[in-house]
Amino acid sequence: MNALTLTLKQTPAYTINCSGLTPNLLANKSAAEIAGMQLNYGNDLANVGELFEITGSDAQHITFKNASDKLDYIGANMTSGKITVAGNAGAYLGFNLKNGEIHCQGNTEAFAACNMVSGLLRIDGNTGDFLGAGSEGLRKGMRGGTVIVKGNAGDRVGDQMRRGLILIEGNVGDYCGSRMIAGTIGVLGTLGAYTAFNMHRGTLLLKQLPKLHATIQDCGSHTLPFLSLLFKSLAQYNTQFSTLNTQRVQRFVGDAAYKGNGEVLILEIKDLSLA
Amino acid sequence: MLINGIQIDDTFAEAFNMRGTRVIITAQNLKWAYHAANAMTGFATSVIGCGVEAGIERELSTDESPDGRPGVSILMFAMGSKVLMQQLETRMGQCILTCPTAAAFAGIEGEDKINLGKNLRYFGDGFQTSKLIDGKRYWRIPVMDGEFLTEETTGMVRAIGGGNFLILATSQPAALAVAEAAVEAMKRIPNVIMPFPGGVVRSGSKVGSKYKTMFASTNDAFCPTLKGATNTELSPEIESVMEIVIDGLTFEDIALSMKVGIETICNLGAECGVKRISAGNYGGKLGPHLFKLHDILNGNKS
Repeated sequence: MNALTLTLKQTPAYTINCSGLTPNLLANKSAAEIAGMQLNYGNDLANVGELFEITGSDAQHITFKNASDKLDYIGANMTSGKITVAGNAGAYLGFNLKNGEIHCQGNTEAFAACNMVSGLLRIDGNTGDFLGAGSEGLRKGMRGGTVIVKGNAGDRVGDQMRRGLILIEGNVGDYCGSRMIAGTIGVLGTLGAYTAFNMHRGTLLLKQLPKLHATIQDCGSHTLPFLSLLFKSLAQYNTQFSTLNTQRVQRFVGDAAYKGNGEVLILEIKDLSLA
Repeated sequence: MLINGIQIDDTFAEAFNMRGTRVIITAQNLKWAYHAANAMTGFATSVIGCGVEAGIERELSTDESPDGRPGVSILMFAMGSKVLMQQLETRMGQCILTCPTAAAFAGIEGEDKINLGKNLRYFGDGFQTSKLIDGKRYWRIPVMDGEFLTEETTGMVRAIGGGNFLILATSQPAALAVAEAAVEAMKRIPNVIMPFPGGVVRSGSKVGSKYKTMFASTNDAFCPTLKGATNTELSPEIESVMEIVIDGLTFEDIALSMKVGIETICNLGAECGVKRISAGNYGGKLGPHLFKLHDILNGNKS
């Protein structure tokens, strides 16, 4: 069976809420039934058949083609299967993702992996602000699973993140790990200001030393055994993180202003005065 | 049954149901892994007085160990899950947490999980950190040499303890020498341990005693110095008896271990001083698992 493919007929004028188009919700539905499903389109409703051309039948693997940043909530509440986004995705990609895999081959808007619970989210391009954060009003962000971003991410990565793993090969904006409760965020590129702001617990694993504020305190260079377990687990992903193997890190702890016990680990720093 | 001049008694070893677990200990090098493992499996020869029976199962290469460091695997057995949990936590705290560079990991999957570092984390006084990696929870506890890393739980499985055989020889040195050879061969079998010192026990016991406070006492029928004074099991030329006790994860593991041990002795032949191989039992009335020596050596499943 071929992947169930939803090809956008034209670039939409408004955002489309795609939360109904997941493998678990489309299982055992015919193409006609899927075409008749209604989606929120801006302030209105539209049938799937009006917006997308439907081909293929394997709902366990859904592909969005001609995808656009108007497609919000792709993979929301998904519990199984795989979604491939050939192109860009809108906001809330993988919202409350519970299991399965989402692969976005382009960029995404803000709030990717928002409230994510488990599963795997891959983003080949860049992503917006609040990656892995919680939705408005919630006091906990991402609660599990793995997010891999090949490009850059915006501000507030992992805001209030509770559990899980976020790996970013590019750069991130300001307030990375802000209000973080637990979990691990890895960044290979540069970071903006106020990294680890109000961080409670959790780990920021960085390749480059960002400008840290005064309440993130230096605890010196150390060899941490748990890193061998972490790096071993990353070998399963096709990412630059898979090549890391040092257990030697500079450890910062904070945010002391929040009585925080989070840690910022800097890999490969040889001379801090040069950083 | 006679093999190379050594008589194999038509008898059986009687073994009991136990609860078992496996823990992997790693360290900076094998020397420190052994320091930790030897401490953890110390004073763990018999459940009668130690609570648990424990031993080092085997060495692990850096490829096999979870954190890529040299290590050893430990097997630990107890008569019940509660005792096993208590003993494991106590020994983790006093022997692994304290040992420089040592780390502890789960070594077995099981329906039941028991605490490895789950409560030990409070030693971190709030500075402890948890990491969930590939579905397994680990604890990082800051200690004076750096960080103590331990998995939160390990598995607990149903196991068997008390497999055994007796080596009857014409002298004490001869009995001990062949016992050592047998233990060395049996150490290569996975999933079993020989918990007594050097894998050998000299003080086999019988149930009961003339003293009211004792529920086990010396097995006088196999004591060579009592040959004329008791209802002896020993012929005149027997001067020393050694016992090898085996705990294992399954009946098959123990049976294989006994087979390897007895065959090692038989290969040495009667000229090494061994005259008979027997086994310790309670008439088949106490333990549900009977390891019949002839069946084990013939490859039959008892």
